[in-house]
Amino acid sequence: MAVTETSTMQRLQVQRYIPEENPKTDYLNVEKGLWSWLTTIDHKRIGLMYLASIALFFFIGGVLALVLRTELLSPAQSFMDADVYNQVFTLHGAIMIFFFLVPSVPAALGNFILPIQLGAKDVAFPRLNLASFYIYTIGTIFTLVAIVTGAVDTGWTFYTPYSTETGTNVLLMTLGIFILGFSSILTGVNFIVTIHKMRAPGMSWSKLPLNVWSLYATSIIQVLATPVLAITLLLLVMERALGIGIFDPALGGDPVLFQHFFWFYSHPAVYIMIVPGFGVISEVISTFSRKHIFGYWAIALSSLAIAFIGFLVWGHHMFTAGQSSLASMVFSFLTFLVGIPTGIKIFNWLATMYRGSIDLKAPMLYAMVFLFLFTIGGFTGIMLGALSVDIHLHDTYFVVAHFHYVMMGGMVMALLAGLHYWWPKMFGKMYSELYARISCALIFVGFNLAFLPQFVMGAQGMPRRYFNYIDQFQPFHQLSTLGAYTMGIGFTIMFFYLLHSLLRGEKAASNPWGSRALEWQTTSPAAPHNFEHTPVVIHGPYDYHKPMSEFQLGIAHGHGHSPEDHTVDAGKEKVNVTEKTSAE
Amino acid sequence: MDKILEYLLPPAKSTIAGQVDELFVFILIVSAVLLVGITFAIIFFSWKYKRRSENDVTPVITHNAKLEVAWSVIPLVLVMIVFGWGFTGYMNMRTVPTDAYEIRVVGKSWLWEFHYQNGTVSVNELHVPANRPVNLVMSSDDVIHSFYIPDYRVKRDVLPNRYSNVWFETTETGESVIFCTEYCGRAHSNMIAKVTAHSEEDFETWLANANKIDESLTPVELGKELISKNGCNACHSVDGSKMVGPSYKGLWMSDRELDDGTVVQADANYLRESILEPNAKIGKGYDPVMPSYQGLLNDREIDAIIEYIKTME
Repeated sequence: MAVTETSTMQRLQVQRYIPEENPKTDYLNVEKGLWSWLTTIDHKRIGLMYLASIALFFFIGGVLALVLRTELLSPAQSFMDADVYNQVFTLHGAIMIFFFLVPSVPAALGNFILPIQLGAKDVAFPRLNLASFYIYTIGTIFTLVAIVTGAVDTGWTFYTPYSTETGTNVLLMTLGIFILGFSSILTGVNFIVTIHKMRAPGMSWSKLPLNVWSLYATSIIQVLATPVLAITLLLLVMERALGIGIFDPALGGDPVLFQHFFWFYSHPAVYIMIVPGFGVISEVISTFSRKHIFGYWAIALSSLAIAFIGFLVWGHHMFTAGQSSLASMVFSFLTFLVGIPTGIKIFNWLATMYRGSIDLKAPMLYAMVFLFLFTIGGFTGIMLGALSVDIHLHDTYFVVAHFHYVMMGGMVMALLAGLHYWWPKMFGKMYSELYARISCALIFVGFNLAFLPQFVMGAQGMPRRYFNYIDQFQPFHQLSTLGAYTMGIGFTIMFFYLLHSLLRGEKAASNPWGSRALEWQTTSPAAPHNFEHTPVVIHGPYDYHKPMSEFQLGIAHGHGHSPEDHTVDAGKEKVNVTEKTSAE
Repeated sequence: MDKILEYLLPPAKSTIAGQVDELFVFILIVSAVLLVGITFAIIFFSWKYKRRSENDVTPVITHNAKLEVAWSVIPLVLVMIVFGWGFTGYMNMRTVPTDAYEIRVVGKSWLWEFHYQNGTVSVNELHVPANRPVNLVMSSDDVIHSFYIPDYRVKRDVLPNRYSNVWFETTETGESVIFCTEYCGRAHSNMIAKVTAHSEEDFETWLANANKIDESLTPVELGKELISKNGCNACHSVDGSKMVGPSYKGLWMSDRELDDGTVVQADANYLRESILEPNAKIGKGYDPVMPSYQGLLNDREIDAIIEYIKTME
């Protein structure tokens, strides 16, 4: 990472490009009509299409959650029977995980922001990117057909032998998720190549925004882990369709083998869901503290460490399932190891806020909510990683609450932070700060009301996936339902103020937050090819002590007057930058 | 502290429970201290370093090796303590004392069967001697279940293709609840049983008399008792509502449409067959999910259940 003298020197003439405010043409209006969207290869438009899809699935999954919580108001059956309940919780889990969380930050926000942050025109393979979106669409259609033609009631984990014996439409659903996996793999490959090959001049590895490091780590997991899910689901399909005994003991298979296969993907998948969130939080905290990120390399490398160790902890889902005690010990040990890089990040973010200039705008509020909720998620993860305690807490509501604190309190809050942060860049509009704060507060209160009681009833022994429950748990369930409704109101408000922003919102400046990061040095909304020039990077994205003018450089057109020399470390090659002082 | 614990955790009724609770409390306290610190820092920083003007200048602090080593190593030490502690407790849970009293457990969708050494079988109620190690050797007849007694802090999955085991030693007599914690389908949440820890003599007495029929009961009363003892009411209602299986109400001598379209009458032979070979005739709209009661109920008991069903018109 150190600046080393190398033989290849490249001399670039640069000039300052101040982004035009509220440009006439941008990526949204350069082409019009539905067809232009369906055939677009612009990463920003593809990102928005993903964003619309995940918003739709988040809505469906959220409504299902409210339905579940309403049924759980009373210990016995109220308005749906056990079969419907089992189908609803399966759909809630499967939709939220496979259709919402996995593609949320990488495919939606990542697609939109990654090439801009790199100073590239697009991802490395724009057509492949569009193909990923269509594969995602086909996968979801398969699943929707499965829902309509006969719901699935196996839980999102599809544990055998139940999933091979139940009469519902598991086959189609797993096939849908199998297809969806390819979308994830292709996006991962695309991002890895883009990050390696498409960086702007001067954008060395040590100047990569932390969001890019996170997406890089995520992409590695996506490419390596998703094929295992595909294989597992394919084996499940073979067993159901062809009667080949792999997991079903009646056919000579082993049901625990399925759990190994399943968690070998699904645990790293948890990191596919959360690691991109770390990137967003790093960007937001630095920008709204207007301060250099603390421990750049610690944050960047801990994401990679999490990505690698994350592959070796799947067995902690199976402490009660019948694996050997030795295996349980090793998995428990590795689980604690993976907690360390995560803890380091929390401290780094806090240290970034120290002596900053903190602006409590909506993205920063969400980042702070993230810090609080995700810390609780992390500590309860320590609880579950401890072998003897896990035996008691395994498969209870404690796990449900832990999972929601990490996934919703962590990932969804990071997504909301990112959405509010990059919203002006996406649409060139501002949203109502007041309503954004109200909705953030409602979501925060509602979330804790919904899930804190679940920790308590879980510790008291309430098992998860229960349609009926014993009376002593009723007060906790009622509080939890109340919290879920509160969150529902918060999200409804958000829907309306974002809609209002789209239709009637105030026009956004190109850099409303005063950030030094590269994506804010172009127009809002972004230009069709991100920048009108080739950006040249001489400082890191968190160098708030350097003047703004030095962040707006690009390769100069024509000939300069009195050039001024800059030396730029561009990774392997050294770029010698000559700046034209006659800025635009 | 004890008050908080009482609120958070179920009563500790086994020798293992105390060890688990100690670690739970340790993690809880350390986490709470750190969480309060982190929360305080978030709030304090955002108040103290609130943006004053757009021209605020912030110091350039890129890293601090000492600080970063400290906040990596201290948590590492803490989690290693938790790891060792948890592992020790786990090994205690997995190491069965050689003098343990053994009971066979069979999980079926959706009931628990307990087979004792003298041939006694009980359904959905486990009876164990208190203050003595008990080892449960478990297997499933169909899908995966999980055997969980919150008060004893023990849990283990019950698998269809192999035996698994769980052991505990209770510290007091009394009743506790048993849950199934591995999702197993429609009546998963009704797969609840009860464990009763008796003193040694009480347990011997119970064991000797458990499968004896109480001669003083009329057949209808006996039938009613058997229906609840054998977990029938988890799936069959007595008030006409449709659960996993058909309701008993109005069942006797009614016409039953089967899934192949034929219609049969629910006479004594039909009911007997449905108890011993439930999957021989499947009612339309129902799934073939009921386990067989062959070997669990003798002829006298089946008679009694039929007599009881007759009363519910």
